Amino acid sequence: MQIIENEKKYDVVIVGSGAGGGMATKILTDNGLTVALMEAGPFFDPADQDQQLHLKWPYESPRRGKGSTRAFGDFHASYGDWEVDGEPYEMKGDTKFNWWRSRMLGGRTNHWGRISLRFGPNDFKRKSIDGLGDNWPINYEDVKPYYDKVDKLIGITGTKENIYNEPDGFFLPPAKPRLHELYYKKGAEKAGVKVIPSRLSILTKRISNERGVCYYCGNCGRSCGVYADFSASSCLVFPAQRNAQGRLDLYVNSMVREVSVDKYGKANGVIYINKDDNSEYRINAKVVVLAASACESARILLNSKSSYHKNGLGNSSNMVGKYLHDSTGTNNMAFIPDLMNRKTYNEDGMGNMHLYTPWWLDNKKLDFPRGYHIEIGGGLGAPMYGFGFDFNSLNKFFGLQVGGYGDRVRDEVKKYYGSTIFFASRGESVPNENNYCEIDPEKKDKYGIPILRFNYKWSDYERKQAKHANETINQIVDNIGGHMLWQNKGPDHGLLTPGEIIHEVGTTRMGSNPKTSVVNEYEQLHDAKNVFVVDGGPFVSQADKNPTWTILALSWRTSEYIVDQLKKQNI
Amino acid sequence: MNRRESLKTLVIGSLASSLVLEGCLPKEKEIIYENVWKYKYGRTPEELERDLKLLNQVFFSKEELNTIRVLANLIVPPTNEGNIDQAEVPEFIEFIVKDTPSFQGVLRDGLKWLDKTSTENFGKDFVSCSEIEQKNILDKVAFATRKKNKEEAFFSTIRNLVITGYFSSEVGIKDLGYKGNQPNVWDGVPEDILKEHGFSYKKDWNYKFLDPLKRNDIAEWDENGNLIT
Ligand SMILES: Cc1cc2nc3c(=O)[nH]c(=O)nc-3n(C[C@H](O)[C@H](O)[C@H](O)COP(=O)(O)OP(=O)(O)OC[C@H]3O[C@@H](n4cnc5c(N)ncnc54)[C@H](O)[C@@H]3O)c2cc1C
Ligand code: SF4
Repeated sequence: MQIIENEKKYDVVIVGSGAGGGMATKILTDNGLTVALMEAGPFFDPADQDQQLHLKWPYESPRRGKGSTRAFGDFHASYGDWEVDGEPYEMKGDTKFNWWRSRMLGGRTNHWGRISLRFGPNDFKRKSIDGLGDNWPINYEDVKPYYDKVDKLIGITGTKENIYNEPDGFFLPPAKPRLHELYYKKGAEKAGVKVIPSRLSILTKRISNERGVCYYCGNCGRSCGVYADFSASSCLVFPAQRNAQGRLDLYVNSMVREVSVDKYGKANGVIYINKDDNSEYRINAKVVVLAASACESARILLNSKSSYHKNGLGNSSNMVGKYLHDSTGTNNMAFIPDLMNRKTYNEDGMGNMHLYTPWWLDNKKLDFPRGYHIEIGGGLGAPMYGFGFDFNSLNKFFGLQVGGYGDRVRDEVKKYYGSTIFFASRGESVPNENNYCEIDPEKKDKYGIPILRFNYKWSDYERKQAKHANETINQIVDNIGGHMLWQNKGPDHGLLTPGEIIHEVGTTRMGSNPKTSVVNEYEQLHDAKNVFVVDGGPFVSQADKNPTWTILALSWRTSEYIVDQLKKQNI
Repeated sequence: MNRRESLKTLVIGSLASSLVLEGCLPKEKEIIYENVWKYKYGRTPEELERDLKLLNQVFFSKEELNTIRVLANLIVPPTNEGNIDQAEVPEFIEFIVKDTPSFQGVLRDGLKWLDKTSTENFGKDFVSCSEIEQKNILDKVAFATRKKNKEEAFFSTIRNLVITGYFSSEVGIKDLGYKGNQPNVWDGVPEDILKEHGFSYKKDWNYKFLDPLKRNDIAEWDENGNLIT
């Protein structure tokens, strides 16, 4: 197929407009560079009334919010979920991996949970602590200044706690906990489990005149129409566009296939398919920044084959795609009789829990190496599709009759409204070379781009951790007189399928040895000095935290490095 | 053409191929579009097209839909707070079976079974039975717990759809007492409720929670991360 050349030559082309790509766009354009931002999905602005999802009522959807075309519900601000039309992926043998993709400006940051946790000093040096996996080539002090800047630029709630491995930052005031959260705290503290206010990238206080303040609709997953939560589109790309005075070109519906190289094997831009006319185009740039999400960036590198890079770009080590790892996760739910027959009030609050449990134990005293944190859910939420199913099944805890119809329906639905708590443990897995994504030898997507194939298995490290999480939660529930709605049993102890926590990282890991890693400490390919990866790919290990705040901080750090290296004409 | 217009063109284009709009003038089509299309909530063009296709199909016959209405009124009887028709439960069920076709067989067979049973027992179809007779039939299938037979599974399915349909409607939401989905100033659980449950923010916490009055003052910190505004 003929490739159509774009005459313009950019300083930098960025692939993907999510967390990593959005941040790179902002920092690079603020520093005067000319940037092309490539995004596979359409333009998205949560404040555009045709695209807006927040403050809608369940009955504005003919299916009352059922997730028929969106896995997490009809109002979830995601174009794409575990499946994307015409873009399949495969799994090897009997292994399983669930891959969440969202194709839109801002990517997954439009609908993410806004849980914004810094890594702590230990999280960069796990090998030194337990001998497993590898250390990062950088430490907390290297990243701290960027975490601080991200806190101030984007905004985050929180409290000073002085916990060594949960470093404090520049916080906006926390919100008072909801009723079920107070019960959780009571039960948890009785069990010796720490509970602190949440660290969410939601504005409980104004940080600039460009963005609004949270008015507590509880639905950040729909993307905030007044920009009071963090989305890469509204908080990074739009401000960059306003500042850049024509130095930023946004290419939407543009699916990048590969990084192109000149006749000396040096990267000189990207080749993409314009979804509107199905033709292939080329963008010329001095520097290429990949931020298409960890697995997608690995895919682009592996598909960038040339006589110089037979194995794919940046892959002389054979490490691209390897060490893929996701957070661990279990889900539990409990019925709390003390929360029955509630007086109702507006309890929407912020778009996630108001408090949570960071990892509180020492693994040296446990039979598994890495920790987890606990997120919770519950309260007087909006009744959407699925509300009232098996309306009085909780009667069984009192030996009362289950089922029936008539006047009792109203009474029993109201009796149990808001009486359950949901618990999600999210933990650190041990990165493993045998968990990977690679190019499927045969299959291609609808654009003719070779697709990914996954190979991923949990080990006993993760299973034992899941078991511990279940036991902890059982104890907390017991302490507040609750009843578990189910028990996660062995052999997997309810460990969710790899990929399902949507914290997949590690596919282009960072290191100082080019034989065992893909990028250096500045997320720069060992094999190609003018190519960088700024999504979760460079993570050496995922902490017992969520990854996005670290993606943002590292992307900022890398962007400053790019500016500096261009100035010095090193790249 | 801006996005709004192009969506409209798409909607009208797809309506035009359906029976509803045959023979209408372009202007009339626009008016019908504005009237029938109340579900505007951030759909992608593909989703919009899918919904319009479904909204223009008919699955249940008039008789079946009437049986659903009668059944729904038995499951959630009308009160001053709201009723099944105000909650648009039959419309919701008609839509959901097209949206999620796995419901179709269960519900259609179940409705047939209702009429068959009522004819066998009372010599008339379900809707013509007295309320006592109708309940007599439902009581046979309404209390299943573990393993359900086909009829019990039908009743449990339709009961779930009716209850969810009722409570997710405008009247149902009020009836339930859900008070959110509107701009709010969150300052915690109301004092009286907090007290009833034996909690206190002041006693149990030593944090400075957000101050609703200072929410619009732009945040500033000292170098140690202490908020000073
Ligand atoms: C429901 C949900 C809840 C989450 N909650 C949290 C949370 O609370 N805390 C947290 O830290 N993390 C959370 N995450 C994870 C978080 O969203 C990701 O870590 C983060 O968005 C990853 O950023 P990224 O830079 O990889 O870009 P992404 O946000 O993944 O965006 C990548 C972008 O690249 C585009 N793209 C992909 N391929 C191509 C291509 N070939 N050409 C051009 N463009 C391409 C995509 O369309 C997309 O816009 C959550 C995720 C989900 C889905
Ligand atoms: S909870 Fe607050 S930040 Fe989140 S969408 Fe609602 S108003 Fe916006």
